[in-house]
Amino acid sequence: MKQTRNGCLTAGLILSGLMLLCILVGFFWTPYDPTAMESAKFLPPSLEHWMGTDSFGRDIFSRVLKGAGTTVTIALSIMGIAAVCGVAIGALTGYFGGVVDEVLMRVNDALTAFPSILLALVVISILGPGSKYNVVLALGLVFIPGYARVSRTAFASLREANYIKSAQLMGVSKGRILLVHLLPNTVQVLLPTLTIGFNNAVLSEASMSYLGIGVTPPDASLGYMLSEAQGMLGTAPWYAICSGATIVLLVFGVGLIGQGLQRREKGVA
Amino acid sequence: MNTRRLVAGLLSAALMATLMSGCGGTAEQTAAPTQQGEEPRPNEITVAIAQDLDDSLDPHKTVAAGTKEIMFNVFEGLVKPTPDGNLVPAVAESYELSEDGTVYTFTLRDGVKFHNGATVTAEDVVYSFDRCADITGGSSLVEALSVVTDVTAVDEKTVAITIAAPDNEFFASLTLAILPKGYEDQDTAPVGTGPFRYVSRAAQDNIVLERFDDYWGEPAKVEKVTLKVIENADSLVMSLQSGAVDLCAKLTSTQVAQLGDEFYVAEGTMNLVQALYLNHAVAPFDDLKVRQALCYAIDKQQAIDIACDGYGTPLGSSMYPGFGKYFLPELTNYYPHDVEKAKALLAEAGYPEGFDMTITAPSNYSYHVDVAQVLVEQLKAVGINAKIELVEWATWLSDVYSGRQFQATVVGLDASTMTARALLSRFESTAKRNFINYNSETYDALYAQAQATIDDAEQTELYKALERELTENAANVYIQDTANLVAVRKGLEGVVFYPIYVLDLSNVGWTE
Repeated sequence: MKQTRNGCLTAGLILSGLMLLCILVGFFWTPYDPTAMESAKFLPPSLEHWMGTDSFGRDIFSRVLKGAGTTVTIALSIMGIAAVCGVAIGALTGYFGGVVDEVLMRVNDALTAFPSILLALVVISILGPGSKYNVVLALGLVFIPGYARVSRTAFASLREANYIKSAQLMGVSKGRILLVHLLPNTVQVLLPTLTIGFNNAVLSEASMSYLGIGVTPPDASLGYMLSEAQGMLGTAPWYAICSGATIVLLVFGVGLIGQGLQRREKGVA
Repeated sequence: MNTRRLVAGLLSAALMATLMSGCGGTAEQTAAPTQQGEEPRPNEITVAIAQDLDDSLDPHKTVAAGTKEIMFNVFEGLVKPTPDGNLVPAVAESYELSEDGTVYTFTLRDGVKFHNGATVTAEDVVYSFDRCADITGGSSLVEALSVVTDVTAVDEKTVAITIAAPDNEFFASLTLAILPKGYEDQDTAPVGTGPFRYVSRAAQDNIVLERFDDYWGEPAKVEKVTLKVIENADSLVMSLQSGAVDLCAKLTSTQVAQLGDEFYVAEGTMNLVQALYLNHAVAPFDDLKVRQALCYAIDKQQAIDIACDGYGTPLGSSMYPGFGKYFLPELTNYYPHDVEKAKALLAEAGYPEGFDMTITAPSNYSYHVDVAQVLVEQLKAVGINAKIELVEWATWLSDVYSGRQFQATVVGLDASTMTARALLSRFESTAKRNFINYNSETYDALYAQAQATIDDAEQTELYKALERELTENAANVYIQDTANLVAVRKGLEGVVFYPIYVLDLSNVGWTE
């Protein structure tokens, strides 16, 4: 196996690592209390306030640190729900096929036909708005079909492989075949999907909060901050730029990792 | 290749020309007021409104406050409100009240005309009241008119209105629009007697009003008003900056900050009582000491400064200064900001460590949400850990207002008519609109007494006593009457504010 240099992966790991470090620091320490309204309003970026202050006189840098943490936590939870359920469904339908496969995949198709934000809004209106757990649940459900589809293809393509057939002949239980023999071999396909999924989750959280149904104030999340910043584009452009740029960096970093993983996979194959 | 290049060149030349003519246009416009002898500015204005007038334009059926606000310019009643909160004769010239206080006899003004040219007669007045009060049984279109038992045309110029029992505040409902009898198209092509007549409406885009030249009173200053529907807050600011709009009411302080030098800001009030309304049926807000502690913990002025850039009038009870006669300014600082006192009161009430609470706020009203955010910070200082729950307006109405399922909520309550009753009746313990479950025997007794009083001065005193009772009992944490910031293009004058939700355009005009 020849390991070629993989710039994307390295750059992605470094960028994401740095972001993660900042977020971890933000969980325990921020330069100011992110909800305290102590400073003057609309201070431009300075040494005291690295990213300036917002319309309430809150330190934007502290809010970005805290907000990125909230956004990433929510995105990871969304991805957790979607990936576990999606891969489970994909594994079952892909491996067993038959009527269950047909029914689940057609339901899947139907769900994919709706724009995901719209679908999430429907779920939220059923669950009741105003709680970030409901947003996590709603977006988690909405992202299931994507994972189910990708993993189904992966499992179905490996179903006929010789080592699976031998395992079946040896009388290995179906659960063990799925978990021990098939799952590890689909990781190559699933990993890039996971990174893309993470990015979609970050962006969806941002859009939900932007629409005012995600995080409730005065808590910070990147999307909510962006929606607050919109009205102040003229007076405090740094607010929108800083929260927007953070989203971009987050997504870009993980996107690079995903790209890198895909390249490595191709290299291996 | 050559031809393509030629076409491209031509296109870009054309584009340049359009751009330049565009620039030229704006330059001319801005230069017009200073240069004499130039083409005079057309005597018309463009006003931006946040929502289309998409419900019925029939004033007796209109529900949306935004529609009523604009159609105020088209319709008039027997009497009409003035900016200082009084009612003056409009379609009627004078009136007499019978000894027992149940029969109002109106003499109509001479020569009042409808926009369709017809002269207003007593028949039209009877028609308008019949339509709304539905004297023949059934439900009345206008709630306040349900007390009307009879309306008769005594002669061509005289109308007698009889009500079931004497009622001081019935007079306020006589602002009911007078409509021409037999005209069927009020829904879409309304005809009234106001200073402006309705011309046209393009859905989601604009509404055009023109000066009514046969108006009985002072004619409107401008010949034509175009109401431009701009729902998006950001494009609104851009339209103001670009010169497409001359006037716009109800801006936020953030929007105002982005306006250029071509505008000045007229500041009025929204006529709302914005407060942290507390549910008295839920612990710990059933405890007077806790409510007082909340009042001491809150710094109204700081909330106004942070959330509204200092625009807003602090309040201390359920009454705003627009109602000059009833407003008690001394109540505003009844509970000065005092963290120590708040803590002491909380300790006395058995909450030395504070408590957790949820503030519900309607997510579509940023000025309520913003104030709620400041309150959360202020409450932290006395150990109260408040959390904000954002709900949609429909949910707020069903859960908080109708369902009364809440702890505390930040909203603004307004008055539907120009009466103190409109603001104070909701705190009577059995009132349907008493969503905070306020329950005070003293209040109920005073309120009943106020309703039974016919003498106006005496009634005013009773209403003031009710306000005092609300403040002393710390019924709610009163914050402010939110500011109504109106952006007005320089050179334009005459924006006046009313204690009710209307935008009077008849006085607005260019100074030169």
